[in-house]
Amino acid sequence: MNWLASTLLSSIGKKLMMAITGLCFCGFLAGHLAGNLTIYLGKDAFNSYAEHLHSLGPIITLVELGLLFSALVHILTGATLFYQNLKARPVRYSVNKSAGGRTLGSRTMPYTGFILLVFIVLHLINFHFIDKTDTTIYQIVHSAFANYVYVVIYVFAMIVAAIHISHGLWSAFQTLGANHVKYMPFIRGLSYVFSIIIVLGFGFLPIYLAYIA
Amino acid sequence: MTKTINLNLKVWRQKGQNKKGRLETYKAVDISTDMSFLEMIDVINEQLTHKGKEPVAFDHDCREGICGMCGAVVNGRPHGPEMGTTLCQLHMRHFSDNDTIVIEPWRSRAFPVIKDLAVDRSALDKMIQAGGFISINTGGAQDANAIPVPQEAAELAMDAAACIGCGACVAACPNASPMLFVSAKVSQFALLPQGKPEAAKRAISMVREMDRLGFGNCTNERECEAECPKEISITNIARLNREYFKAGFLSAEK
Ligand code: FES
Repeated sequence: MNWLASTLLSSIGKKLMMAITGLCFCGFLAGHLAGNLTIYLGKDAFNSYAEHLHSLGPIITLVELGLLFSALVHILTGATLFYQNLKARPVRYSVNKSAGGRTLGSRTMPYTGFILLVFIVLHLINFHFIDKTDTTIYQIVHSAFANYVYVVIYVFAMIVAAIHISHGLWSAFQTLGANHVKYMPFIRGLSYVFSIIIVLGFGFLPIYLAYIA
Repeated sequence: MTKTINLNLKVWRQKGQNKKGRLETYKAVDISTDMSFLEMIDVINEQLTHKGKEPVAFDHDCREGICGMCGAVVNGRPHGPEMGTTLCQLHMRHFSDNDTIVIEPWRSRAFPVIKDLAVDRSALDKMIQAGGFISINTGGAQDANAIPVPQEAAELAMDAAACIGCGACVAACPNASPMLFVSAKVSQFALLPQGKPEAAKRAISMVREMDRLGFGNCTNERECEAECPKEISITNIARLNREYFKAGFLSAEK
């Protein structure tokens, strides 16, 4: 096998791909959140933010393709890891007990990941692949969240995302080999802080649009 | 006077590798709390033998926590509930009267059950054979101080070298991954000048062998570090990852 393929497809290589794509998503989420916060500045601010964003043209397309590629890598690698790891213990224990290493996030990674995939598809259908002629993005978002079912789904999805990130972020650093006595406590703390920022930052938006704005 | 306790044991019994196994219930009566866990099984085995039944097969050797032969999953915890302890060093005073104790073998596709609680851990040896060594030309030994080693590196290497290869990391890992073992073996050499010449080859060969043997993949669950009887840290796994990336992307090694 080619050296690059054999490095990337090894167990550590797969972790590397999960870590890098995962970190890309964290970066994307931070940018996405910063943009979305313009909703609090009102309809016009949000619409003009969206316009500015789309005026970037090819750059946006490039970023979108990058995200799509990362998503494919993350999903396929994650699914492979999930399957291989199930197979690695054909006879399960009759008593399972954690020694305190696992967290809610770490033990649910494949499941939270799957829920997020379903959510992202829904999210793209809701706001991306939608006819935007004769309307503004603010109107689309506002009318979507007039339906409380969407509010519930979106808030739930953000809680799931936070759980996923609470393990994923520090885990990515560990995988990259960046486990250092001086920085690891900070990185672990950052994972939780970032998760909370995601759940509050994104999660409050539908509630705000539905009941306050 | 020493205290004694009675216990209900549920022990995994399996006649051979491809035989079907199941948990059998035994009563352990008047067990001294000064006994070790293995001595408690010795008592059960004596009773079974007297009754003309097969004793429970389990691995052990030094019984002083240094050889890495012993090990079973006790109530879901490899080497039992105490931190930093091998099964042979686990004492019955950590249990209470009338406790139910479920005893199972290490569970991993790469560790087939030989009999009852004894599993075949030669997969760990195969990974060592793949690269867990240094090659040295024979001849007169050179002066011990000829190669300077920083104290801190020596300490870290010793911490990694504390691994006794018992396989508890595999047993504890939700994915049955031996990353802590491999990382300890790679680290103990990578940290020392004598290990550097073969570092790239070692990292690649050992990881490749690990994957070939059908172990799971590490997902940083950290159960290994919590269960390791020698308390080996997952910072070693981060070092293994660095060594592996260096070898895979930067070295000429294929
Ligand atoms: S028997 Fe040697 S470590 Fe337990």
